[in-house]
Amino acid sequence: MRFSGLRVLKEGLTGNKGWSPHWRDADPKPEYDVVVIGGGGHGLATAYYLAREHGITDVAVLEKGYLGGGNIGRNTTIVRANYFLPGNSEFYSHSLKLWEGLEEELNYNVMHSQRGLINLFHNDGQRDAIVRRGNAMVNQGDDAILLDRAALRRKVPYLDFDNARFPVQGGLFHPRGGTARHDAVAWGFARGASDRGVDLVQNCEVTGIDVDRGRVTGVQTTRGAIRARKVAVVVAGRSSQVATMAGMRLPIESHVLQAFVTEGLKPCIDHVVTFGMGHFYISQSDKGGLVFGGDLDFYPSYASRGNLPTAEHVMEAGMTLMPMIGKARLLRSWGGIMDMTPDGSPIIDRSGIEGLYLNCGWCYGGFKAVPGSGHCMAHLVATDRPHDAAARFRLDRFRTGRGLMDEEGTGSQHSLH
Amino acid sequence: MRIGGEGLIDRGARLDFTFDGHGYQGVKGDTLASALLANGIRLMGRSFKYHRPRGPLTADSAEPNALVTLGRGPGQDPNARATTVELHDGLEARSQNRWPGLDFDLLSVNDALAPFLGAGFYYKTFMWPRAFWEKVYEPAIRRAAGLGAISRVHDPDRYEKAFAHCDLLVIGAGPAGLMAALTAARAGAEVILADEDTHPGGRLNAETLEVDGRPGRDWAAAVAAELSEMDNVRLMTRTAVVGAYDQGTFGALERLAPDIAARRGAPRECFWRIAARRAVLAAGALERPVAFQNNDRPGVMLAGAVRAYVNRWRVAPGRNVAVFGNNDGAHRTAADLMAAGVHVSALIDSRPGATTDLDLPFFPGATVTDAHGRKGLEAISVATTSGIDKLQAECLAVSGGWNPAVHLTCHMNGRPAWREDIAAFVPRDGAVPGLRAAGACAGTFSTRACLEDGIAAAREALEEMGRTAPGTSAPRAEDGAYAITPLWTVPGKARAWLDFQNDVTVKDVKQAARENFRSVEHMKRYTTQGMATDQGKNSNTGALAVLADATGRAIPETGTTTFRPPYNPVAIGALGAGAQGMGFAPRRLTTSHAASVDRGAEMLEVGLWYRPSHFPARGETHWRQSTDREVTMVREAVGIADVSTLGKIDVQGPDAARFLDFVYANTFSTLKVGRVRYGIMLREDGHVMDDGTTARLGETHFLTTTTTAAAGEVMRHFEFVHQCLCPDWDVRFISVTEQWAQFAVAGPKSRDLLDDLLDTPLDDAAWPFMACGPVGLGGVQARLFRISFSGEHAYELAVPARYGDSLFRELARRAEALGGGPYGMEALNVLRIEKGFITHAEIHGRTTAFDIGMDRMVSRKKDCIGQAAAERPGLREDGREQLVGLKPVGAVKMLTAGAHLFNETDPADRDHDQGYITSTGFSPTFGHFLALGFLKNGRARHGEVVRMVDHLRGVTAYCEVQDPVVFDPKGDRVRD
Amino acid sequence: MRITCPICGARDRREFTVKGAALALERPARDAGDVAWDDYLHNRDNPAGRSAELWYHETGCAAWIVVVRDTVTHEVFETRLADGDTEAGS
Repeated sequence: MRFSGLRVLKEGLTGNKGWSPHWRDADPKPEYDVVVIGGGGHGLATAYYLAREHGITDVAVLEKGYLGGGNIGRNTTIVRANYFLPGNSEFYSHSLKLWEGLEEELNYNVMHSQRGLINLFHNDGQRDAIVRRGNAMVNQGDDAILLDRAALRRKVPYLDFDNARFPVQGGLFHPRGGTARHDAVAWGFARGASDRGVDLVQNCEVTGIDVDRGRVTGVQTTRGAIRARKVAVVVAGRSSQVATMAGMRLPIESHVLQAFVTEGLKPCIDHVVTFGMGHFYISQSDKGGLVFGGDLDFYPSYASRGNLPTAEHVMEAGMTLMPMIGKARLLRSWGGIMDMTPDGSPIIDRSGIEGLYLNCGWCYGGFKAVPGSGHCMAHLVATDRPHDAAARFRLDRFRTGRGLMDEEGTGSQHSLH
Repeated sequence: MRIGGEGLIDRGARLDFTFDGHGYQGVKGDTLASALLANGIRLMGRSFKYHRPRGPLTADSAEPNALVTLGRGPGQDPNARATTVELHDGLEARSQNRWPGLDFDLLSVNDALAPFLGAGFYYKTFMWPRAFWEKVYEPAIRRAAGLGAISRVHDPDRYEKAFAHCDLLVIGAGPAGLMAALTAARAGAEVILADEDTHPGGRLNAETLEVDGRPGRDWAAAVAAELSEMDNVRLMTRTAVVGAYDQGTFGALERLAPDIAARRGAPRECFWRIAARRAVLAAGALERPVAFQNNDRPGVMLAGAVRAYVNRWRVAPGRNVAVFGNNDGAHRTAADLMAAGVHVSALIDSRPGATTDLDLPFFPGATVTDAHGRKGLEAISVATTSGIDKLQAECLAVSGGWNPAVHLTCHMNGRPAWREDIAAFVPRDGAVPGLRAAGACAGTFSTRACLEDGIAAAREALEEMGRTAPGTSAPRAEDGAYAITPLWTVPGKARAWLDFQNDVTVKDVKQAARENFRSVEHMKRYTTQGMATDQGKNSNTGALAVLADATGRAIPETGTTTFRPPYNPVAIGALGAGAQGMGFAPRRLTTSHAASVDRGAEMLEVGLWYRPSHFPARGETHWRQSTDREVTMVREAVGIADVSTLGKIDVQGPDAARFLDFVYANTFSTLKVGRVRYGIMLREDGHVMDDGTTARLGETHFLTTTTTAAAGEVMRHFEFVHQCLCPDWDVRFISVTEQWAQFAVAGPKSRDLLDDLLDTPLDDAAWPFMACGPVGLGGVQARLFRISFSGEHAYELAVPARYGDSLFRELARRAEALGGGPYGMEALNVLRIEKGFITHAEIHGRTTAFDIGMDRMVSRKKDCIGQAAAERPGLREDGREQLVGLKPVGAVKMLTAGAHLFNETDPADRDHDQGYITSTGFSPTFGHFLALGFLKNGRARHGEVVRMVDHLRGVTAYCEVQDPVVFDPKGDRVRD
Repeated sequence: MRITCPICGARDRREFTVKGAALALERPARDAGDVAWDDYLHNRDNPAGRSAELWYHETGCAAWIVVVRDTVTHEVFETRLADGDTEAGS
């Protein structure tokens, strides 16, 4: 069924009885060309692009819970391409370009809103680092504008410019940055994949990966064994557990990242504002809730919930930066499980086992990566060669030290990002 | 309208307030909702999507409809629940989410368009043309959405945060909570009893029930009085426990009473972090509505809320009231109304065999099918076996049964269990370690059983804590059975509401199921059911039942969504209390701060510290003038700079030298006593962590300095390396950053200055470059280090911090007498760039010793942290960006930090990127800009011309690659 | 969240800094080879369940502590000093 305003009118006039499922629930077949483990954003996008770009439709996406139930359903919805290190720079640029046509591509309104993203700086050193980043963005062909204090004040007059502990000196404006409706991205890719013949299997947990003489042959699941020529592991948040099934230890530690939303408010924040010094970022959803977050809780966790110290620190940062939000009431807090790699950048690579591919380590940047990640992962699975835009997301970079992508400069070691 | 009889109000204390500009009167003890109802006002809000007229559904914090904005101006408070707002004199409330007014709201056109605005309609449209989303559709949607508005200027109000500790935290002061607290308190335990209401008692305050032969609310008041007399009890009213966290930590929000909050400087709210060894959850239960056509009309209320308005506030919610339910609570409601003299037009009990002794029109086995009256209920339709009756009613009290308030037990991912007999979810044991649910929130509904359960829960907690519990028995109270037959929806063609605020109806849930949003999480996310300000408190169970029915599953099989903190929404101001303005982070001030400010220095924040940017002299209007002068002053005379912010770690012990050899890349064990050496420290991943000098003060005593930024990190690292990697080594560390004030005295006249100042003049032979040792200074034992960050003959002089202020003033005065003076960060930066010294602009976390040309410092004769990883091929191979110096050689003379470098004729894009500039400064010594940066294979490219492009600042310049050290490359001046 | 420091007793989480897996205690020899170092620095079991970690009582007594806890429930089973000193705090 094609979605359009006309269809909404027609269905509305006939009692909304004609809507059909957005995707088809499938029972698993005994064999597929490709099994994608993980029905989150990245897994669904991988399946979609396998079908769309490579004509590979004998594909099953196996999801242990419900589609889109992982981090795609529990993030702060920011979409941007403002990285500066080689590897990240071209990849996120690629991903943002895919975002820019996603609604038409999927015939699904994912509400991608390019409302502009602002990174603040507070002293000369931060300004210079941010200029370096902005120049890298322009070098990449993306957009970045340096805002001085006066220009920034015109855009976001509600910041505390006069009395903050770390006075705001300016910002880096990324006009094409913004937000999207996170759940819709998963549903849109699910619908697109399903329409192209991909089997989406919910409530199907993978319990084992079958490897025979260095080659993957299939998976064991709670709904029976499934043979496959190729298996794509796309389970950020649970990567270590699934990798263990193939006898691998990954350079990943799992951490919880909290996120927060307030009660609905009339429009008051029109951009995405990032306060790096205070580990705080915020935007306002179309429904009116302020959606914001901060730093990790910084202890290994699979709990998808956090604790008060980080939550309070995030609100404290909010209050020092934009005291107007004092009366906004926190409605809900939650946590996502982050695949943290040593250098804070992801992995899209072969695994060393033939036919088994890894897509993991998205740290806290996975949402904006979804189209790019699916696109590059599909390319890797289909052709056995990395996509140019993701060629640096190698698993062996930590062992060799080549091409580390430590954007924060805090070190390519665990528990530092 | 107000009725006679005794409630929890003080009729004598009249309070004036306004709602939407109209003046009204209420009494002390009223909420805004009860006061408005007493004035005959039922219409208090508009719904989120369809802008339907709404009145209060509840009498508590779960209210979805009656949300108002309080006050006006900077501190206006949106989305306040009229049902919990304590009325006070002068209160100004306004309705919200309507235009132009509450009574006539243009956006109520959405209600007529409802067929086109069903579940998820926005995912299917607004896609064409593409540019219209940001420009047209989204702004329109955003303006229509949202509830109330914040002022968009700084919140002027104060909030606080606090910690509390106790043996037992009791959450909720209803019958179960009061008995739990009393039992534990009498056993001597430290008890905190918290309740969100203004008065302890819970449902007892809203009912006519008796406890111990007295009215329930009197009994509750007496118990509360006893508890507040006890030293081991903290009774916290107006305090909602909003979150359960690990190891017995709870978050709670205390609202201060309006009269206290209104005092000058008083906080509005206090956010508590409570650490409790054990907890009893006695949060009660929440009544749930029934979904029938137009069940959202103003005047349709929960039956328990109607009893609360009648019994507690003595307000009749209508001249005639109908009551509809599927349990005995409906009968109690009718009885209370009649006892209060309110006309009850009908009692409709959906249970076919129900009976009553009450003298009223009784409809057993019947249901309410529709509600009439757009802006206020006028009549209801009742389906009986004989057909549809239309009955007059200004209020309909509805009870679909009760949901135990399991929320806090789900905060740590606990899933509640379905209990068929009460058709509700109850907490699972152990869902929150150390917490036990008691009373109605555990599915125990009679008053007597709640009292007993409270005692039992407290006894259990006491025993677990090793205390003996005194025998306490429960007072006499009602002990009726809770008889319920589930009734979720009443069939009908029109919309029946589940989630009132978000306008999610039965149809929406059914449509979601049809579109394959069959998982309860999918249904929630697709329809937005449960995402309103009540977070599904009123709608979750009903929506789940509809979804279960639509998908042919049982309720427990269909599952639940997750309740997450906070239980009640909490103002960001409260959770972020204290951080506004300067409160976000501590301010660290050097001992020379006051003197620097006295001299007109502009202070910059550097990490948590403040340091002077520059010291403007008379006539200087631009920082560059001051900086140029200060640089020249150091090069030609003598300058003074406070360097106390550098981290100082005192390292002592027989293994101190061995330890430093291990944590630093270079060697310190060979350093002589009385000498200083520069060192670099690697992270274990092979990259440079920090640099600084270390002085050997004695055979087993070193003083090591860190950069200002890395002081804490290095201290943590030292302790890690010692305790975790070499615990047997005899060495100890302590930070002495705050204990010593240290000043650089730099420049050709620095020796003259010090000779004059120190108790004994400096002997050049005893004080060569990189010497250190004790010196006397006016009888004070000081430390002197002959080190230089400027490239000049220089010293750093350290004194105990209490002498810092006077020493700085004295040094500055003496320097000025020699043609010098104090210098700030800007000059310090230029001086070090001229000399090619690095800071964290260069060692930014991604650079190796190889990159910065210090690979030779990494001793291979010994193991050290980071050495093995630094040997990885990728960290030392061709093509890495290496530290270089740069100077302008083209027409454009300005160099900018953050610019990227390209080969002279290459385009400025990513594929041709050769490096970037990290630091720049105008060098008055050389008369042009100098820069440090990183360039691919840079060390081999000295003399080459490259192009610097700064797209952001619009600067392109040609520059020559050179050695980073341009000033006195042989180092003669420091040794002179 | 509260962690029991073997020296100071139960303290709020905000007094501590976490370093991650207690594997950090088992530093290889400098010449152990790139695989051993890769395993030490990067590769992790990362269990969803019982896990031994290093915590630092940074704003308390500065002790490094091995905390054995569950990464799913956050239950703490055991804490002990990382330097192996069993006398402290007893």
